[in-house]
Amino acid sequence: MGFLRKVWAIVAKDVAAELHTREMVSAMLVFSVLSLLVFSFALDLRGAMARAVAPGVLWATVAFAGTLGLSRSFAREQQTGCIDGLLLAPVDRSVIFFGKSLGNLLFMAVVDVVLLPLFSAIFDVPLLRPGVLVVTALGTVGYAAVGTLLAAIAVNTRAREVMLPILLLPLAVPALIAAVQATGYLVEGGTLAEVGGWVRLLVAYDLIIVAVSMLTFGYVVEE
Amino acid sequence: MREPGQDRLGIALTGLSAVVLFVALGMAFLYAPREATMGDVQRIFYFHVASAWVGFFAFFVTFLAGVGYLARGERQWDILALSSVEIGLTFIAMTVVTGSLWARPVWGTYWTWEPRLTISAVQLLIYIAYGMLRAAIDGPRRKARFAAVYGIVAFVTVPLSWFAIRWWRTIHPDILTGGGGMAITSRMVHTLLVSLAAFTLLYASLLRQRVRLERATDALARLRARIETT
Repeated sequence: MGFLRKVWAIVAKDVAAELHTREMVSAMLVFSVLSLLVFSFALDLRGAMARAVAPGVLWATVAFAGTLGLSRSFAREQQTGCIDGLLLAPVDRSVIFFGKSLGNLLFMAVVDVVLLPLFSAIFDVPLLRPGVLVVTALGTVGYAAVGTLLAAIAVNTRAREVMLPILLLPLAVPALIAAVQATGYLVEGGTLAEVGGWVRLLVAYDLIIVAVSMLTFGYVVEE
Repeated sequence: MREPGQDRLGIALTGLSAVVLFVALGMAFLYAPREATMGDVQRIFYFHVASAWVGFFAFFVTFLAGVGYLARGERQWDILALSSVEIGLTFIAMTVVTGSLWARPVWGTYWTWEPRLTISAVQLLIYIAYGMLRAAIDGPRRKARFAAVYGIVAFVTVPLSWFAIRWWRTIHPDILTGGGGMAITSRMVHTLLVSLAAFTLLYASLLRQRVRLERATDALARLRARIETT
């Protein structure tokens, strides 16, 4: 089997498991809607106010919903003993990393796809623009990659779910700042070329994080 | 095994850093000129910059020690990483505190989202998380491995965070940070260099003591285990 087919086999396994249980994506979706509700109470999201804080609210929601799903991703593997099967499989550790990351990316993308139109409709903020979609995709890729690595660490600690956001959020600072700033400019009518610096920073973050996570993932799962 | 208390190099390092620290202190107050616009408050700058340097350098050492541990799997690399993080945290905390003390009279506020202050705060949080991670893992080998991985990934995000925070703050210019510039004279440069040397020596001597302490803890644990088995 080629590298991509092995990766795909792991993604397909996660998707199949998710279709059976529906516990990750449904929890992330409900949480996202609740988060929008809480933010709209807390910040009185109407008109100009909604437009001004929309990028921040959007990315805070994506980040927190992301940690929710990511912490389940390895907890489930451990509960079912599936992680042992994965480690015994005659594949490179980087295959497992890419498989798990892609699965998590897919679940986070489902949340993004629901969240963006919902956000636009409820708060009347033009988020459904090609530029915003590109920025959202780039931000989610890096977040899912570093989140997958750290979730594999957090699941082996005593604090488990509590540990993941504490480890993940400070490392996601560059991606969050870049994504919020770029989204802000795009909402105000800017073009993707005008936020080129932020987009390049996101691309750099994604590349560096994916490379480092791939190289170190093997040490996290080895016993 | 050597007896404790014979660490001549450690004693020499500690003594030397004490002497150079006193020289730096004296220079900051007596040799360096009074800054024209900020006055005496500016003198905190010498120790502020030096502690920031030691903080970032300490985290760099942790990064290198993490790579060393993953490559070799030897306990000494983990001891180095752990010791350096603890010292780095102390100095980054000092950086944030001295920065706030300086910012109050000069910028009129204890805290502002100035890039360098912000990145120091982010660093502080990252390495507090590192400490919490270590505390939450059972088993020394797994603890060392996870900490090494986190130390590596965390350090890699530092330059990215720095660029992000800098661009973020320069695109939205802050009136408060506009007046932070100062004229540097050669006496100020001398004082800063001596402060940097003093804090680097202090880092080296603290690191040496901390590594020795951790080795002594290991030795004690081994002795205890031997008594319990007999």
